[in-house]
Amino acid sequence: MRWFEKQKNIVDFTLSALWRRKGKNITLVSVYTFVIFLVASVVYLTSSIKYEASRVLAEAPDMMVQRLVAGRHDYIPLAYMGAIRDIRGVQGVKSRLWGYYFDQTNSANYTLMVNEEMNIEPGTIVIGSGVARNLLAKEAGAIPFRAYDGSYAFLKIGRILQEDLDLVAADLILLSRQDFRRIFLTPEGQATDLVVEVRNAKELATIARKIVTLLPDTRPILREEILRTYDAVFEWRGGLTILVLSGAFLAFIIMAWDKATGLSAEEKREIGVLKGLGWETSDILQMKFWEGGAVSLTSFLVGLLLAYLHIYFTPAVLFEPVLKGWSVLYPKFQLTPQLSAYHISTLFFLTVVPYTVATIVPSWRAATVDPDLVMRT
Amino acid sequence: MRKCHIFFLSVAVGCFWVGMMLVHSGFLERSEEARVSHRREWVGKLGLSDLCLFTEARYTRHPVTADLHVPFQDYPLAFEHFPSGSILSVPPHLRGKLLW
Repeated sequence: MRWFEKQKNIVDFTLSALWRRKGKNITLVSVYTFVIFLVASVVYLTSSIKYEASRVLAEAPDMMVQRLVAGRHDYIPLAYMGAIRDIRGVQGVKSRLWGYYFDQTNSANYTLMVNEEMNIEPGTIVIGSGVARNLLAKEAGAIPFRAYDGSYAFLKIGRILQEDLDLVAADLILLSRQDFRRIFLTPEGQATDLVVEVRNAKELATIARKIVTLLPDTRPILREEILRTYDAVFEWRGGLTILVLSGAFLAFIIMAWDKATGLSAEEKREIGVLKGLGWETSDILQMKFWEGGAVSLTSFLVGLLLAYLHIYFTPAVLFEPVLKGWSVLYPKFQLTPQLSAYHISTLFFLTVVPYTVATIVPSWRAATVDPDLVMRT
Repeated sequence: MRKCHIFFLSVAVGCFWVGMMLVHSGFLERSEEARVSHRREWVGKLGLSDLCLFTEARYTRHPVTADLHVPFQDYPLAFEHFPSGSILSVPPHLRGKLLW
């Protein structure tokens, strides 16, 4: 109980000392909060995207087979389907026709894809809600497509996909095989790629090896590789994460370094006076521990909460210019939070602990020197 | 009220809100389940392989089906000119880490 009372007195004194230098400390807390806010925002955003990808793409095709020509993706002959179908363990092979269409009138890119299961009639299309938003299009309206021979195809909008599907289909335009071939002049007997269905998922790797042996110009992509892609493209070493993390950690290192390289003359004098008044070295270290703890814990809690509001309520408004890039068409989506005690404790140990330690070390050095000498210097 | 009491109370309130954040995220995860299932169903129906996150470049719209050379499509030493190309790292299967 006495120990607790003593700590309360030390905290009182520490907070008063912090308030005496309020200009400096408020700036420090603001910058520190912003650093934690940025790091936490990236952690939330990437973990949610990875989670969404792992859940949503679980229904992606078992295997896709592409043909590569001189290192580039090319049309694949439909004749390859027979050879793949004959491999033991293959349940079915389907060809897919899909491609990209650049709409010059509004500089947007669309993904055009043939879907035969939806029985889309020639002359009709089904569009993603991102396309509809971009073109201010409504059902029963028509969209002109400039074919590769220079002619125009006016395709009627039969249906607009729900906004819920934006994360997978915002830029999608589904159309009939005839319309696709008319726009892109795709030669008969060729497809964009093939989709392979396999009876037993354990045989996927063996079947992929057999396909490459039979058809050396092809490249199989397994569902596991699709799922792994989104884990890897948002890993901490890559792109967005490393950009923000490196900036944030440099700022953090500067702050910690400033603390670790020494105390200001005023702080040293304060320590000297306290020691002269009878404070023990351990009391001074406890005071500095509370000082570091108060600054870093406040910044940590506020930064964490602001990042949550930023990613799941605004959603990610600060990152929007980076994520949009030059895209004209951008999906509207609500990410599912994927938070755990693991994320929070990782952020805590990466930010609060080093800062608190960095505060204590120089104070220990100053507190062990003779108070008379500290006050005189 | 003593300053230390204000401080401990503020930390307790902050911790409470962080706890609420975890509860809220768990709650949202459950309420979003129907929406996630709906998307998954359509991914299966349309045979999609990628999330629609970036529409500016084909190799960031469909990183799974891209090839290693596509960001440098203009000429071998071309600079990456789409912002999203700098955000994403290269999928492992394009770096030769195959699962078969």
